[in-house]
Amino acid sequence: MTNGDKHNLRLGLLFISPWILGFLALCVYPLLSSLFYSMCDYSVLSPAVFVGAQNYRDMFADAIFWKSVYNTLFFAAFAIPLGLVMSLSLAILLNFDLPGKGIFRTVFFLPSLVPMVCLAVLWQWMLNGDLGLVNNTLKPAFAVVNAMLGTHLSPPNWLQEAAYAKWGIIFTGLWGVGHAVVIYLAGLQGVPRHLYESAEIDGANFWHKTWHITLPVLSPVIYFNTIMGLIGSFQVFAVPYVMTGGGDGPERSLLFMATYLYQNAFDYWNMGYACAIGVALFLLILALTYAATKLSEHHIHYEGK
Amino acid sequence: MQKFFPLHLGCWMLAALAAFLCSCSDAGSGKERATIKYWDKWTGFEADAMRAVVDDFNASQNRIFVEFSSVSQIDRRLMLATAGGVPPDVAGIWSKSLPVYAENNALTPLDRLAEEGGVRRDQYIDIFWQMCSYRGHLWALPTTPGSLALVWNKKLFREAGLDPERPPQSLAELEQFNEKLVKRRPDGSLAAVGFLPAEPGWWNEIWGWWFGGELWDGRKAITANSPENVAAFEWIASYPRRFGVHDLLAFRDGFGNFASPQNPFFTGRVAMVLQGPWIYNFIKNFAPPDFEWGVAPFPTADPARFQNVTQVETDALVIPAGAKHPKEAFEFIQYVNSQKPMEKLCLGQRKFSPLRECSAEFFQKHPNPHIGEFLALAKSPNARFLPQLTVWALYSNDMTQAFGRVWMDKATAGESLDEVQRHVQQAFDHQQKRWDRISGKLTKEWDKP
Repeated sequence: MTNGDKHNLRLGLLFISPWILGFLALCVYPLLSSLFYSMCDYSVLSPAVFVGAQNYRDMFADAIFWKSVYNTLFFAAFAIPLGLVMSLSLAILLNFDLPGKGIFRTVFFLPSLVPMVCLAVLWQWMLNGDLGLVNNTLKPAFAVVNAMLGTHLSPPNWLQEAAYAKWGIIFTGLWGVGHAVVIYLAGLQGVPRHLYESAEIDGANFWHKTWHITLPVLSPVIYFNTIMGLIGSFQVFAVPYVMTGGGDGPERSLLFMATYLYQNAFDYWNMGYACAIGVALFLLILALTYAATKLSEHHIHYEGK
Repeated sequence: MQKFFPLHLGCWMLAALAAFLCSCSDAGSGKERATIKYWDKWTGFEADAMRAVVDDFNASQNRIFVEFSSVSQIDRRLMLATAGGVPPDVAGIWSKSLPVYAENNALTPLDRLAEEGGVRRDQYIDIFWQMCSYRGHLWALPTTPGSLALVWNKKLFREAGLDPERPPQSLAELEQFNEKLVKRRPDGSLAAVGFLPAEPGWWNEIWGWWFGGELWDGRKAITANSPENVAAFEWIASYPRRFGVHDLLAFRDGFGNFASPQNPFFTGRVAMVLQGPWIYNFIKNFAPPDFEWGVAPFPTADPARFQNVTQVETDALVIPAGAKHPKEAFEFIQYVNSQKPMEKLCLGQRKFSPLRECSAEFFQKHPNPHIGEFLALAKSPNARFLPQLTVWALYSNDMTQAFGRVWMDKATAGESLDEVQRHVQQAFDHQQKRWDRISGKLTKEWDKP
């Protein structure tokens, strides 16, 4: 390294130092300290006492923790694919060259601007079993089915019944696909026109073009949105927290890992245990992201390569 | 030019540091009037009532100035501010939070300050002093208390052919009234009921008290699944059995928010509720103008053996550990706890006073015609307060879950409470271990003069 290089390095580090300091103080330090506190009996206000792997042993034996893991996995398993299909389909539809497409794009993006808490309160009423818009829309359909089959079915009481509560949250989440749609739309602008044109000459229809051109070209964007969706789904917190008034929902069906972590940290004063849940959540997201990367390695098409 | 740049930057940093240090030393040098930071949860008219008392205190002397701030989520903010070493000098929390704050060394014991200031147990209705004490020390002084009673809609009683002036005398009678007060729509769905234990669902943990049960033996054992608590939950389980799980769900889903004219008690969909003195404010603001209501002790399962059971709660003023001006802070707390300011505060917040002495004028001026009934209940020998457990938040959450399972007919009373018992006892044992580890050091600190 020449003197000039060293000088440049110093200068470069100086310029980037605000970020490095922020990263060290606000990301690395909390990450490492939560790793340390996860091995302590720690209530925030009294000094931490090292207890080794006790919190992790408690966690493995804690049925409520496993319930929160199950709820989180259930939510992610449906919210991610549904969100993906919905946002991608919307993006493809909104990419058609139609008059007023700007208006449509705005309309579909607008719900993403609604803050989480407002979204939760709004959907709490939409999903209300007696007065909600959702059930009022479903009621005529149920009436038809009942008339035809002679049954007495009625639409579910979304947020009060354990079997439906998570579905309520999943549908609520679909309202916020606007961000992903915008990213897909940007990706769609990068699909080379000439590929479509040559495919058309070969007699390809809309589905052929979507399957063989649009999706492969979009694959890096799909990958990105999937990973972001994965992280977001595993951290689901605000909407169920508001909808249940800070509780766990019927039969703890809306207790997610992030909610349980929060409860332990701030309601039960078990910060050490909360940190252990945090570490478990981190490892779970890390493992799934790694798996997603490995699985999709051969299916992602980077144009630069 | 290139070499100059870092130097130039360094100068700016030094200048900023100097400015910061100057501003710090400036803040510490004020000697004239001690400023007391006071955080409380109040908003609206309740905050106005407290602010008026704070203003009186500030005008009454010139050594201490109290700065009142209305803080949301006070329990969490106080925990974080105390952990960060920047707590307020005085904070208003709920009495049920005292054990967990005290045991985490987040509060200043008030014994010595109270003794020096001449604040004595006999000045209070005893239960409030008990609630502010924990593990042999005084941690808070009460401000605005409340007790729970049966509140009923007289008009609905009259319509159902019941004597509107006579509340049920036993739980069995409450259920007889309940049956008479049920109204159904032509399609068979519920239009109104006499009573629902799930409405508003704020006290799912304590129904056992009206059956003679306890939630804790006061020492090492949680008693969630005691026979009395199971009997209470069996009473709750009778609701889904009588009315149907889905009918009850649909019925309750049609209720509006508590603080709205759609509150089911005000719209006549529920005729009797368990409520505290604050219900007066809600009736005044949201109920129809001709709403007639009565207040009586909530009936027990066995009135021959025990009556006048209630839960008492109070807001409490504490001095967080690490507060800068504990002496001045206590002077303010003591002022609030003297008769006149306390009556002004409780009148403003429409509650009763926790002090034994209370002027006749207070009751004359009080807008709530039933305040006397709530006060009498607080003085009852069967008045209880929530168990002083550091695991109370978890216990309460578990009981709410158990209540929900029984309400949805997903588990029997015994099953759901056994589960609570196991889980809470385990958490409590864990806390006991934590306490055994730190108690020696803590009690020494608390006993320090």
